[in-house]
Parts: sequence; structure tokens; C-alpha cells
Amino acid sequence: MDATSARANEKIQEIIAELIDKPGALLPILHEIQHTFGYIPAQAIPTIGDALKQTAAEIHGVISFYRHFHTSKGGSHRIEVCRAEACQARGARALESHAKKTLQVEYHQTTADRNITLDPVYCLGNCACGPNIRIDDDIIGRVSPEKFDRLVDGLNTVSLQIQ
Amino acid sequence: MTTTIYLPRDTTTLSLDGEQVATNLAIAAARTGTDIKLVRNGSRGMFWLEPLLEVQTDHGRIAFGPVQPEDIDSLFDADFANANFDTPSAQQHPLYLGLTEEIPYLKKQQRLSFARAGVIDPIDIDDYIKHDGFKGLAKSLQLSAQAIVDEIKDSGLRGRGGAAFPTGIKWQTVLNCPPQQKYIVCNADEGDSGTFADRLLMEADPLSLVEGMTIAALAVGATQGYIYLRSEYPQAHIILNEAIANAYANNFLGDNLCGSDRSFHLEVRLGAGAYICGEETSLLESLEGKRGLVRSKPPLPAIEGLFGQPTVVNNVLSFGAVPHILSDGAKVYADYGMGRSKGTLPFQIAGNVNRGGLVELAFGTSLQQLLNDFAEGTVSGRPMHSIQVGGPLGAYLTPEQWQTPLDYESFAAIGAVLGHGGIVVFDDTVDLAEQASFSMEFCVEESCGKCTPCRIGSVRGVEVIEKIRNGDNPEQNLELLDDLCETMIDMSLCAMGGMTPFPVQSAMKAYRAQLSDQQQSVKGH
Repeated sequence: MDATSARANEKIQEIIAELIDKPGALLPILHEIQHTFGYIPAQAIPTIGDALKQTAAEIHGVISFYRHFHTSKGGSHRIEVCRAEACQARGARALESHAKKTLQVEYHQTTADRNITLDPVYCLGNCACGPNIRIDDDIIGRVSPEKFDRLVDGLNTVSLQIQ
Repeated sequence: MTTTIYLPRDTTTLSLDGEQVATNLAIAAARTGTDIKLVRNGSRGMFWLEPLLEVQTDHGRIAFGPVQPEDIDSLFDADFANANFDTPSAQQHPLYLGLTEEIPYLKKQQRLSFARAGVIDPIDIDDYIKHDGFKGLAKSLQLSAQAIVDEIKDSGLRGRGGAAFPTGIKWQTVLNCPPQQKYIVCNADEGDSGTFADRLLMEADPLSLVEGMTIAALAVGATQGYIYLRSEYPQAHIILNEAIANAYANNFLGDNLCGSDRSFHLEVRLGAGAYICGEETSLLESLEGKRGLVRSKPPLPAIEGLFGQPTVVNNVLSFGAVPHILSDGAKVYADYGMGRSKGTLPFQIAGNVNRGGLVELAFGTSLQQLLNDFAEGTVSGRPMHSIQVGGPLGAYLTPEQWQTPLDYESFAAIGAVLGHGGIVVFDDTVDLAEQASFSMEFCVEESCGKCTPCRIGSVRGVEVIEKIRNGDNPEQNLELLDDLCETMIDMSLCAMGGMTPFPVQSAMKAYRAQLSDQQQSVKGH
């Protein structure tokens, strides 16, 4: 859902109302908001704070602590490249530089066409089949630079709408 | 006749085109008019063979692997769905592996915690019961709380997350707290690189975790449990939620468990990409909806844990071992292992190896033996050079240390840790100073910031190692690095700052040895 749409605030309220009775509700609320909008829009922060009787600064403090939460809109897809040791032992360092070069971005940046955001990740738990990357919710193993290019090509292919 | 075919839906299988294999399988079955029932099991943990396709026969399951989407047609051409000892066409297929149970990698293991992994449909309650599931729970419902705790104590089970604290003592502390709201928390924040045992159990046999946590609840008088799962495990999240829903639907969770007057409720909570939340007090803060800052101990979480209430916090594998201990008795479990390291440990062979996967064995084999028996050399074809055991806070071990028996005490004696059993193999192209620098960098990235030596020391560590690598006063800077490491070890609350020096110092030691070898050989020529 687009965070600037008229219904966005309503949706945020709905999510909060649904989860607020859970003990320790903040992380579940943040996850659900990010799942809905792709990131945590600025207007959600004071709203969550009011609901949980916390300050906006406290909510922001929690969001900024966790790598998984984002406060700005990323690309249409997010690619995470594993930087951890088991993947390093199978060529992750070369894959990292290849990914940055191919996409022409550094970590935490989005490609010029706004299609792909590149992030580092520390272990996807597929350590016998590295180097690993995650594209949105899919984990992909044994990613050579060539395989990386094929996967990116797939993401860059715009599907044609048949009228 | 319907043929039952198994294809895992765990992360590894899916990461290697497993879903496309499933699709092609369905298409080919329809095209050829073959009547198949496809069961999506978990992985057996032989990751180099995934996607592993198994066909149920009268003699047991026959395996084919690793299967790629384009192999499906040739498998049907070979009549693999009728694979049997009298179908030579299937046996001649290049991916034919024979009976799964007879594959040496699997046959040489001692599987207790992972006995059902890859065998059953992970979310099917009947299949779980058919394979001895819920026997431990049934027995626990007949026992007093103290009797359950005594069984766990007698088994010698120690926390499988890495710290190896005796599980029974933890449970006793919670049981001893007067009746009040108590919690069972499962630490499923498996962030160590080179480890995947928790993930494998959650994706292959999640009901054993549900059962283990329920038994813990009966033992200490808790009614609510949480599984704190890392957000990097989306597939485990899906499977756990399905398994929990089925357990509720069949009265193995919820009110009046199995018709008794006991209740236990269980929910999965997602982490959000913070390694430090694998530390139990930081995990509890995170579950409460806060920044994952480490707490000072005491108070122990067993006394003042989640929301200030008595809480059992155990790792996935610790809970996973519990049903077996209760159903078969503490003694059967304790008979495995050596010294104070009882039972089995799932070793995870990862990194630069040909045959990576999960190997569950009794404690006590040496690292060298384990790699000889299972790893089948490196993918790169180059010699193994250093091995990091126990995750990113574990030491790098060089060949003369590979004879060390794999048990907690023997590893501690050489300044190393067994941790969660992760083994990451590097070949001789590894730059150990770069690895040391990465360990410090990881600490910069993941420190919660509470203790200064961890928060700032790690930044200084990256800088000092950089100087050493550039030949800037290497002797003085090495001394400075040692000082820094000592401060981090002595002055940090938790293992993040306290153990980062393990990989750093061991890697730097090996790096210096490498350097002086090179200098010697330069002088010699």
C-alpha cells in the first residue's frame, strides 16, 4: 500500500488496534506496518507512540536499533547479500563487490531506476550452500556472479499487462 | 497405484530451485498419467544432495539427488516413480542414490534430536504421532513438576545455544519461584554464521519444539510461551506457524491440553535483524518491545525474566531434546557422549566443503575425524587451512588443533568454544588478518552499545588491525591489540564484547605464523 494514500493513516490505525493487546506489541506492530507499506512511514511513529503511551523518540529508538526496519521507501525489490564467514569461505567477498558494481550502488542504496535496494545481511542459515543472497522473501544459494546477473535480469524484466 | 514422493520445502531446497522441481514434477506426472502423492517434508540435512527426491517403495525410500528442474523429464523416462530393486532403468539414472537410510553420510550418524528430520511431513500431527511424537508429553502429563525437572537433570542436558548451562538447573530455579505468571521462551535467533541446526529442526520437525516447550511449561508451571525467531528465516516462520495451528486444532496446545486441566499457549515472535538478540537478556528486552540492550545479571531471567516474571529461556535444540528424554528416560540420553558433555550434538559442516550438512553425533569425535568422515574435501579443491568453530565469536583453529575432541571441556581447554556446533572451513587462500578485522567489524555492527569496550573497542580494533596489515609499527600495534582484547574480555557484560577477541586473537596468531613462514622461505632462497 502507498503510504501517501488517503487510506494509509486509517490502515496504520487498524494495524495498531489489531495488535495492541499483545504483550510487548511494538515489534509485531512495526513488522506489520513494514509488511504493508514496505517501510515504516514517518507519520506512523507518533501514532504508534500515542497508542503505546510512549514518546516518538522511544519508538524511533527501537526502529533504529534493528537492521530489518527501514524508515524510507526502498526499491521495488530488496537484495540482501550475506557477508558472514561461511559465505566468505565460498566467495562472498567477490560476490559483494560484483553486486555493488553491477547495480552501481553501495550498501543501503537503491538503484537509479528505483527497482532494487542492496543491503548486507549477516547469515541466512544456508551456510553449506553459499554464497547466499535473499531477494525479498526468497533465499537463493550458490550464487555466482553470473547467477546474480541472471537473477537481477529477472527482476528488471517488466511483466507485460495483457489488456 | 499411487506412489508417494517426498521433496523437502526447507530453505536449502527452495534456495536451490526446489519449487521449480515441484512444479515440473506435477506437470510431468500429469503428462505421463502417473498417479503421485507429493509430500513436502523437511531436509535430512545432507545439503549437497538437495533438492533430494525420495520415492516410497516396499523396501524403504529410494533417493535421487541433487535434482534440478531439468532432470525431471529424464527421471520420468527412467520410470523413477516405480523405482524398485527390479527396475534397472531407475537404478541406472545418474541421480540414483539407493535407499536413503543407507547413504553413508546419514547411516554413520546417531540421530536423536533429528531422528524425524526429513522423514515426516513436518506439520502433520498424525505423522508426528506415528513416529513417537507426543509420547514425552503424554508421560509428562502423568508426572509431577518436580519429577519432570529431575528427569532433565539426570539426563545431563546442557543448553545447546552455546553457553552449555545445565538445563535442569535452570528449570529448577523457575519451578522454585512461587506460583505466578511464568513464561517459556525459545531462543530461535540462530545468528551464528555456519549454523543451521535450529532452522533445520524448525523446518523439518517443528512439533518436537512445540512438545519440548509444552513439557517445560508443565515442569515449571508456565502457561504462555514465545518462540523468538530471527527475521532472516522466513520459511521457518511459515512452517512453525502451520505446525502451531495444527497443534492447537488437535488440542496439543491451548486450554485443557490433551484433555487435562493444564494450559499452554504458544506464539512465534519475529526478531528484526539484530545478532545481539540471540543473547538471552537482550532477547527478552526485544520481546518486550524495546531496543535489544543486554541486561546485567543478576537478576537471572529464571527469576526475573520476561516482563519481570520467572522465565525459562532455552535454545531450539535444548527444547528439541526434551521429548526424547522424557519418553525414553534420562539414562538412555546420558549414555551418549563423554565426560560432562552428555547426549549428542548436531554438528554443522559449512563453508568451503563439498559435503556440507548436519551431522548429529555423540560428543567426543575429533574435528579432523568429523571432516575426514563427512566433508569430502573443499569445493575449491585446495587444502583446508583454518576452521572457525562455534560461530563468529569462536576461535579460528589451525591444523595442529584439529585433533581436539569435540566436547565443551576439551574445547575450553584450548581457548576455543564449541558453541552451537557450527564448523566453517576455509582453504589456504584465506587472509586471516582480514578475518580478524571482519570479526571486529562484525562487533561494531552488532554491539548493542551498552558496554564501552565492546562499542568503542571494536572500532579501535578495526583501526589497529588495519595498521598492522599496512606494516605500521606492527609489533607495538599487536601489543596494543592484545591490550584491547583483554579489556574487551574483562569489561563487557555479554559474549559479544567478551568473546569477539577469540576469533581476533586466534586469527592474528595464525596470521603471524603465516607471515613468519613466508619470511623464512624468502630468507631461505
